[in-house]
Amino acid sequence: MALAHLTSSSRSNLLKPLATVLSYTDSFRRPISTSTDPLTIETSVPFTSHKCEPPSRSVETTPQELISFFRDMATMRRMEIAADSLYKAKLIRGFCHLYDGQEAVAVGMEAAITKKDCIITAYRDHCTFVGRGGTLLEVFSELMGRQAGCSNGKGGSMHFYRKDAGFYGGHGIVGAQVPLGCGLAFAQKYSKGETVTFALYGDGAANQGQLFEALNISALWDLPVILICENNHYGMGTAEWRASKSPAYYKRGDYVPGLKVDGMDALAVKQACKFAKEHVLRNGPIILEMDTYRYHGHSMSDPGSTYRTRDEISGVRQERDPIERIRKVILAHDLATEKELKDFEKEIRKEVDQAIAQAKESPMPEPSELFANVYVKGLGTEAFGADRKEVRAVLP
Amino acid sequence: MMVREALNSALDEEMSADPKVLLMGEEVGEYQGAYKISKGLLEKYGPERVLDTPITEAGFTGIGVGAAFYGLKPIVEFMTFNFSMQAIDHIINSAAKTSYMSAGQISVPIVFRGPNGAAAGVGAQHSQCYASWYASCPGLKVLAPYSSEDARGLLKAAIRDPDPVVFLENELLYGESFPVSAEVLDSSFCLPIGKAKIEREGKDVTITAFSKMVGYALKAAEILAKDGISAEIINLRSIRPLDRPAINASVRKTNRLVTVEEGFPQHGVGAEICASIIEDSFGYLDAPVERITGADVPMPYAANLERMALPQVDDIVRAARRACYRSVPMAAAQSY
Repeated sequence: MALAHLTSSSRSNLLKPLATVLSYTDSFRRPISTSTDPLTIETSVPFTSHKCEPPSRSVETTPQELISFFRDMATMRRMEIAADSLYKAKLIRGFCHLYDGQEAVAVGMEAAITKKDCIITAYRDHCTFVGRGGTLLEVFSELMGRQAGCSNGKGGSMHFYRKDAGFYGGHGIVGAQVPLGCGLAFAQKYSKGETVTFALYGDGAANQGQLFEALNISALWDLPVILICENNHYGMGTAEWRASKSPAYYKRGDYVPGLKVDGMDALAVKQACKFAKEHVLRNGPIILEMDTYRYHGHSMSDPGSTYRTRDEISGVRQERDPIERIRKVILAHDLATEKELKDFEKEIRKEVDQAIAQAKESPMPEPSELFANVYVKGLGTEAFGADRKEVRAVLP
Repeated sequence: MMVREALNSALDEEMSADPKVLLMGEEVGEYQGAYKISKGLLEKYGPERVLDTPITEAGFTGIGVGAAFYGLKPIVEFMTFNFSMQAIDHIINSAAKTSYMSAGQISVPIVFRGPNGAAAGVGAQHSQCYASWYASCPGLKVLAPYSSEDARGLLKAAIRDPDPVVFLENELLYGESFPVSAEVLDSSFCLPIGKAKIEREGKDVTITAFSKMVGYALKAAEILAKDGISAEIINLRSIRPLDRPAINASVRKTNRLVTVEEGFPQHGVGAEICASIIEDSFGYLDAPVERITGADVPMPYAANLERMALPQVDDIVRAARRACYRSVPMAAAQSY
């Protein structure tokens, strides 16, 4: 890696002779690669399929994309860890379900789709929201119940939305988001948009009856919906083998095809989502099972170590961490130096800290917000506070 | 015009006016509707807009709500509202609360409609009235038409409304015919949500009712009139928002109130109306508020017991007389 160090430390005349000697392509590696030259990388493991032909293990990507994977996942990671501290400092209340470890699913999926495609997920939604374009300020403000939050502080951790970017939440009832997602796909087909919906759920939700009801209708009506099971192997404190007679979630669709994907490999996720989008526009629903892992417990009130061993957690972190995987790929292909990547991480840390500071400045909602948005059209009716003689409002 | 025709014409006109409106439910298409409310719609609008669903309420209701999130205007039919309990999580948690939780980003312009309350001889699991359950939930609007004018005007309003509306019809009213004016028949006809209608003016006692009970209350008013008691009959039309100003204004005029409903008594619509009057018009009451409701039992099948489990015209008359301090012999002496 000596060459890399040389290149980064001085954009001096030394560069040119070396460049000619070694005949890089014309977009030879700049200090931070913004190259869009195609690069092909193999996924860590091949795809396993159910009732369909799996896509190829060779994923087309670019240096720019790989760097953006790194940055996006590192941002998500840092954000979730910061949320952990804020929760312990009692600035975040109620529920807080963290996604660290699962970042590759959010990031890989975004790489395969557009903002006209829709995403709906459950309550572990902070990173999915950021993937759709949500800002750190909106995240931290919402978590702390402030006005600058994406739901004006009225939703909380489980209720982030960004409709103009195709993100439909953020849902607290396990499994409910799956029929809702099938409904989004129905509307997309009805509107003849050639767009698709990704409905995400966990291994815990995979046994919900409403999922199978909605899947049946989606298959009957050929809806362009992709069901993604983010299998992190634990539904709260219950391991998958204790909850599911068949934990092969990609096969649970029976008549609906499925694919099992290494969810810790952002490139595999991207490939699977690209494949799935093309599939559903022609053939109706498909199930993608993402084999992934969450480092935190189910939520901030769960230490996450009573139903799994610390060795297991650290083992996954060592062997399969999604950010480390991309770091290795970037370094192996000489797309950036270790120092550059560490500098990104420092920058990200600062961005996160700044967003938190700004979020702390944002005020709590005005009291009048209590009665806002109950209806789109309030018709001038009255709503009441706890003491209806004291607090009444007219809904506009 | 029959109520059935009124509903059918409202659906037809709204589907014609707005391509985003669609209907889904069990048997709404090829079967022409379990109660023929959607007759002819499949033929006219095609299978993309009139969708027969499998018997999976949780699934298809969730799909309807998701479609509404995206911007379509689905009408989800429950064959009866008893089956809506299978989908109630989507009605409350996915539909009613989403505008609030998203601070207005996502609206849910959906209508959930179907027959509510008792039919005849269908037993305990098919006879419940859900008005008070749904009407307690902020974020929902709950409507209950009585006449054909109500059926047309309120259904059109519900379909046009940008919020989730629970539209409680009544199977026994579907075949009843009511006179309708030319204005009602016009395709632009619409009734305001949240406004009750004074079906009959009076000065001695206010009787509130909704759905089928409005008919019973009007019959009771005829009987009371012979006794010199002039009853004012209020057809609520809208259970949520409740037209408190209209009810209060009426009670301030008559000083006496009887509430009538088919549903279970505890925590019912009448309980809410009674509390509202006491809070806002206590000084105007000359007698305690009387409630006539369904009996506090699951609906029995035997015809005589079913009759006892539901309000009858005599019950309304008796309660109105009590409110006017004219007593009647206690029920123990009566036989049916």
